[in-house]
Amino acid sequence: MTTADVSVRRRRAGLGRIAGWTYLGFVLLVTVFPFYWILRTALSNNKALATDPSSLLPVGFTVQAFRRVLGLASLAEAQAQGGNVAGFDIGIYMRNSIIYAVTSTVLVVLFSTLAAYAFSRLEWPGRNLVFSVLIVALMVPGIMTLLPNFVLVKNLGLVNTFAGLILPGAFFSAFNIFFLRQFFLGISREVEEAAIIDGAGRLRVMFRVIMPMAQGPIVTLLILGFIGAWNDYFWPLLVSTSGDEVRPLTLALAVFRQSAPGTATDWAGLMAAALIAALPMFLIFMVFGRRIVNSIGFSGVR
Amino acid sequence: MAVDVAPAHRARTAAVAQRTRRSTRRSVAAAHRGDAPLAWLLVAPALLGFLVFAAYPTLRGIYLSFTDFRVLGDAHWIGGANFARMMDDEVFWNSLRVTIYYVLLSAGGVIVLGLVTAVVLHRLTASTTIRSLVIIPFLVSNIVAGVIWTWMLDSQLGIANELFQAVGIPRIQFFTDPQWAVPSLAAVTIWKGLGYTTILLFVGLQALPHQVYEAARLDGASEVQMFFRITIPMLRPVLAMVVILTIINCFQIFDLVQVTTKGGPENSTNVLQNYIYSKAFGQFDFGYASALSLGLFLIMLVITFVQMRISRINESDSEGVA
Repeated sequence: MTTADVSVRRRRAGLGRIAGWTYLGFVLLVTVFPFYWILRTALSNNKALATDPSSLLPVGFTVQAFRRVLGLASLAEAQAQGGNVAGFDIGIYMRNSIIYAVTSTVLVVLFSTLAAYAFSRLEWPGRNLVFSVLIVALMVPGIMTLLPNFVLVKNLGLVNTFAGLILPGAFFSAFNIFFLRQFFLGISREVEEAAIIDGAGRLRVMFRVIMPMAQGPIVTLLILGFIGAWNDYFWPLLVSTSGDEVRPLTLALAVFRQSAPGTATDWAGLMAAALIAALPMFLIFMVFGRRIVNSIGFSGVR
Repeated sequence: MAVDVAPAHRARTAAVAQRTRRSTRRSVAAAHRGDAPLAWLLVAPALLGFLVFAAYPTLRGIYLSFTDFRVLGDAHWIGGANFARMMDDEVFWNSLRVTIYYVLLSAGGVIVLGLVTAVVLHRLTASTTIRSLVIIPFLVSNIVAGVIWTWMLDSQLGIANELFQAVGIPRIQFFTDPQWAVPSLAAVTIWKGLGYTTILLFVGLQALPHQVYEAARLDGASEVQMFFRITIPMLRPVLAMVVILTIINCFQIFDLVQVTTKGGPENSTNVLQNYIYSKAFGQFDFGYASALSLGLFLIMLVITFVQMRISRINESDSEGVA
């Protein structure tokens, strides 16, 4: 191989690298820029926004939009800012979202862990049959169960209650069970057998030996489940039909968006609300960022 | 090799080990004998949830699709009337066309761009920071994504149109022009889903043996050749899974439509889920809505089946070659 060959190849690789980095830079810009843009808009004066729509900095810098959304501004202040968020009480929606997301996620991960343990580490007649039946549920799309579930919840008188919101998803997740069972199957028999020979009962083995080893996957499912429940929209839309008692943030935000007709949209207020709605996700991301990225890869490849 | 140990000693050790193993197995088997009641107890909550909120509703949904159920009052069996009605329902066919158009644009975009991004990432850097940045849109709900992009794509004040104007492109009525509404939805979907797909594919790429690439490079293969001759064929199992996941997810689009266009303008974004929702909760026509969801379910089943078939054929192809 001559030196000319090598230098040509290196130059080509260099150009390729530049093209690659340019592409990545563009992707990152498009990915991240909207988040800067909602911050910029949320910090703008809603009435002044129209005067300079392309300004990279907030137009008429003010935190009034946040005060409005947090219910700290008086009606007169809100109107002066071009806001129409009378009655948007983000504290209640935030509370509802937290109750909904935390309760349903913790319950479903707990029950999935127990089931996955029985499916992987215990020996009982019917195990494989029951497991295959549960796994069929992975195939059924949400819409198939959504309407009948709504009828069921309605007949039980649970519309507009947390029970109605939480129960249908709190017991069973085919994905969770499948995911944890795979992990439990990978734990070597010897660990468990050693504990049994030492005289530990099954429950003790489960809680003291297996579950501590499964911390990683369990946290993964908690994070993914929390993100899913926090962002859920369709089921809350069906069940939380009136009033604010159980309405989560996603639904409130959509209602807020639609209550603002056409040209009079309170964009600054809407962006402030969207930012606050997404805030818990960003906090989780800052703490668990690497874990989330890894678990996505893990959950896909299995 | 190791120094030879006296055969007699070795036999004795083996015998002891075997005895220990046997007694261990016996005590473990004894421990397993009482498993059944505990197992049923542990499975009970999940099983209950499955029966009440998954199995029963699915069967009831299938039953309801053969009735004229309208929430108030009882369900009456009307046979295949709902399905006959579907065949003549112009709005249904429109919804199906819109959904397929949307799925092709969004799933196609997410997969192609995700693959390109994953490959570029894989060839350039293993930076977790970049991967973390790409995934951020995945964290926000479709509602927040919809709110952000209706603002950025607003016809009068949106930054996108300001940019277009600055470079001389005429303003686009993204969500209010029937021509542009579905592509705009697809663009938001791609923005939100790109990171997730990229990471799935990136992990798949990392699992490929790098010796193959080194060998190919020594043989003088270019990056483009390596991409089509090595990366794509070897990534096929992961790719097949990503394609199914993405298509099925895109078929279930609903919340983004609700917060951006609500199915308008002129039904141009009235995707199937949106149509089902409007039938069920706009007109309380639950029987027909159930029939529509059964239709959607069957479509998704067929896609999954065909896709699995295709990827399996490809697998056996490559086995034959190798």
